[in-house]
Amino acid sequence: MITARILIRPKEGILDAQGKTVEYALPGLGFTGIEHVRVGRIVELKAENADRLDELCEKLLANPLIEDYEIEIV
Amino acid sequence: MIWGVLQFPGSCDERDAQHALELAGGETRLVWHEETDLSGIDGIVVPGGFSYGDYLRVGAIASFAPAMNAVADFAAAGGPVLGICNGFQVLCEAGLLPGALLTNEGTRFICRQGDLITGDAESPWLSELAPGTSISIPFKHQTGRYFAPPEMLDAVESNNQVAFRYAPGQNPNGSLNDIAGVTNEAGNVLGLMPHPEHAVEAFTGSTDGLRLFRGPAGVAV
Repeated sequence: MITARILIRPKEGILDAQGKTVEYALPGLGFTGIEHVRVGRIVELKAENADRLDELCEKLLANPLIEDYEIEIV
Repeated sequence: MIWGVLQFPGSCDERDAQHALELAGGETRLVWHEETDLSGIDGIVVPGGFSYGDYLRVGAIASFAPAMNAVADFAAAGGPVLGICNGFQVLCEAGLLPGALLTNEGTRFICRQGDLITGDAESPWLSELAPGTSISIPFKHQTGRYFAPPEMLDAVESNNQVAFRYAPGQNPNGSLNDIAGVTNEAGNVLGLMPHPEHAVEAFTGSTDGLRLFRGPAGVAV
């Protein structure tokens, strides 16, 4: 079995409302000099092989219209 | 007409949809998400709610439920399908409608009455609503920002697939081109974020939603 870590995030250029909300909250906590916060998600899974992981991402784990994904075999 | 109203784990507006369809003069039955037989059904409503807890991405898991495969066949055969709120998200995820819905620009859940302007789309659902007609129905969602990549958006506009836009100044979520609802190319599938099924009784302030639910009966059967 392989272990894959799939990183999914909003495509560049699409307003990431969650990321913006986090970003706007930072000064209140004393964090300055941080910008372009983007919030995505990580899916970890075990698979017999990596053959169909791209298809899995395209069909389910990510929506290619609005999200990019990267597959990392760990 | 006999209407099927889909029910996923986490749906919550299916009873209101049934009530609206019955007021509009039809019979209804709930279609559980594992069902695949839609025989005898003349139209489908995919209702609002939080199917499968909105896990992964709104509408993503519901889009390949067994019942949705049947709905895809039903839609391909020209049957009228209406997706409301989460139902709109599901139809987009299933590829039955163009585009995707993103978290509202302000991230907040919005819940208020608002106005929509009917677009140029040709659809059985719009048989009582000429282009430019204004309706007042509730806006109630957190993931309602309509998005489509530039080429897809151009196609939606040039094919006259916009069913509704938010009235000027009322876009609550940052939707591109103020789009509140779209149809497929054929027009028989329509999805919108606001809630016509919550605007069918005078005591709630508007009965404009009925004009949508009466639409297909005025065209077919």
